[in-house]
Amino acid sequence: MARSAERRPFGDHLGRGLYLAFCVAVLVFLIAPMLVIVPLSFNAEPYFTFTEGMLRLDADAWSLRWYRGIVADDDWPRALGNSLVIGVAATAIATALGVLAALGLANPAMPGRVPVTALLLSPMVTPLVISAAGMFFFYSDLGLAQTHLGLILAHAALGAPFVVITVTATLAGFDGNLARAAASLGAAPPTVFRRVQLPLIAPGVISGALFAFATSLDEVVTVLFLGGLEQRTIPRKMWSGIREEISPEILAVATILVAFALLLLGTVEWLRRRGGERAAARFRPG
Amino acid sequence: MARALRSARVRAALLTLPLVAFIGATFVAPLGAMLIRGVHQPLVADSMPRTLARLEGWDGRSVPDEATFRTLASELRSLRERRVLGAVAARVNRVESGMRGALVRTARKLRRASPASWREATIAADPAWGEARAWRAIRRAGERYTARHYLNALDLRRDAAGAVSAQPPERRIYLSLLGRTLAVAAAITAICLVLGYPLAHLIANARPATSNLLLLLVLVPFWTSLLVRTTSWIVLLQNQGVVNDLLVAVGLIDEEERVALIYNMTGTLIAMTHVLLPFMILPLYAVMRTIPPQYLRAAASLGATWRQAFVRVYWPQTLPGAAAGALLVFILAIGYYITPALVGGRTGQLISNMIAYHMQESLNWGLAAALGGVLLVCVAALYLVYDRLVGIERMRLA
Repeated sequence: MARSAERRPFGDHLGRGLYLAFCVAVLVFLIAPMLVIVPLSFNAEPYFTFTEGMLRLDADAWSLRWYRGIVADDDWPRALGNSLVIGVAATAIATALGVLAALGLANPAMPGRVPVTALLLSPMVTPLVISAAGMFFFYSDLGLAQTHLGLILAHAALGAPFVVITVTATLAGFDGNLARAAASLGAAPPTVFRRVQLPLIAPGVISGALFAFATSLDEVVTVLFLGGLEQRTIPRKMWSGIREEISPEILAVATILVAFALLLLGTVEWLRRRGGERAAARFRPG
Repeated sequence: MARALRSARVRAALLTLPLVAFIGATFVAPLGAMLIRGVHQPLVADSMPRTLARLEGWDGRSVPDEATFRTLASELRSLRERRVLGAVAARVNRVESGMRGALVRTARKLRRASPASWREATIAADPAWGEARAWRAIRRAGERYTARHYLNALDLRRDAAGAVSAQPPERRIYLSLLGRTLAVAAAITAICLVLGYPLAHLIANARPATSNLLLLLVLVPFWTSLLVRTTSWIVLLQNQGVVNDLLVAVGLIDEEERVALIYNMTGTLIAMTHVLLPFMILPLYAVMRTIPPQYLRAAASLGATWRQAFVRVYWPQTLPGAAAGALLVFILAIGYYITPALVGGRTGQLISNMIAYHMQESLNWGLAAALGGVLLVCVAALYLVYDRLVGIERMRLA
């Protein structure tokens, strides 16, 4: 008993087996949606379930017709264009302002750090419907509703907290003496930032920017409230696709987005490792 | 020295200033606009100023005098010409149902009239004007600042005498919806804790390579589009979906008794748990990683059973992670809109869906704003609790 408790805090062999089975079940639950959507997007039939042909691995039961459908359709490429324009512009604003703010927050002399942090992170925890409703009222009065600019500002505000969090975490891991040493050797503050701090926090900055970009690319509520026909983005188009008439075309788009998510995740993981032990310790959650 | 410190403070504050200003202008100000929208409604007051001025001296019980009728007719005519009558009538109709029709009809019938008695002509156009309640509705709708929407959002109302009382039972919907939202959020938090705790423990105690791989598996859904994940739950759970097919194929259920797993509360619970589970696992994992295994070994060598060791030694040390994860999941869950809207059907809707309904369909923006205000108070309170228990500065991402 003592030995098994020592090696296995969750009990004997049976307990250990149940524990592992439970964990595997939870993992399956976590990734099952991704596992199902990818093969079904290659379904030759307009169904959302595996046909017998698919299960027999019959080549005729699999096809690229839904992918061809996306490309042939004018709407999806246009939606992609809108998503990219809004996403890139919003990410640029969020990253520029977020990095500056993180540099300020990481400074030990920063006055009122907790309330300022609470304010800067509030877009992340505020229910999106509330944010979007408020933005609808406010931006309509300013003539920003149904414009790209309105959505860019909205998405920048929603994405900035992610940049602040990742960059603050990276900054917390590095030695403030480096900046002081550079300053004492005569470097002006902008030079210190460009030549010393920026290279050190670059992994955090890029990760934060990717987070902000992913947020914008996935955001549908502000687009629903603020956007018009001219601002239809990929998620907005998926939204109406799911609500009105769900077709396997949606699954094909979803599969592309899963691939894109894996790419983003891979990049961030690679940055985390490249950022080395210095940033890694902080960059992990916790 | 003091000057150097001050200039460092100023420099730090200046660095945060651009983002503070940006968030203030693009995010906080809109929230303020929404909260104000819940109490400020100038439309009727601005549209019928002369009628409302005449009603100021009115006793509220008798039928108003001839001059009031004449003023009403002239203002209705001008509203009709300026094409704002519909919006004004809709606003008055929210105070007293049936008033939309009365206003529109009256304006149409009186558009070219110049009768000897405006009073008789107006009552002939719509008999509602012969009763005091129609006029009270105009007066109530003409209040520039009103607590009505907030009262409404809390299932309260003001009766004819102006006293605040509970809505009749059949009209009490918002508090119970808020209660249901909180209950669903609590249930999802509990499910996430039960599902996430063992997995976080496994990840924290596995060999580095395994641990990294498992962590990636947790992060994949985290990075995947919410709409994509919701779509796949529809595909998995619908009547002719993969899960039901599987249950039939294994023989657990018959072809005719396929289970309704989606477009109801079950769908909302499953899909939201899936979306929020990583937010529970990551903080738990972060805390568990720092707990030295020696503690459990010490407990065991001192004769504790594994259950005692868990309850008295392990669990208390993981509490910070459990609290951080639970609060985050709860905060995010009570504001959820997209997932319930897509998979919740009629029974799986939450308070955010009601706000969106009033924003987009009933166009009762005042009520939408008030409901948003109530929800915002809940979230803000939880955000403060999070700061006290966990610390906002320690909010981390994967």
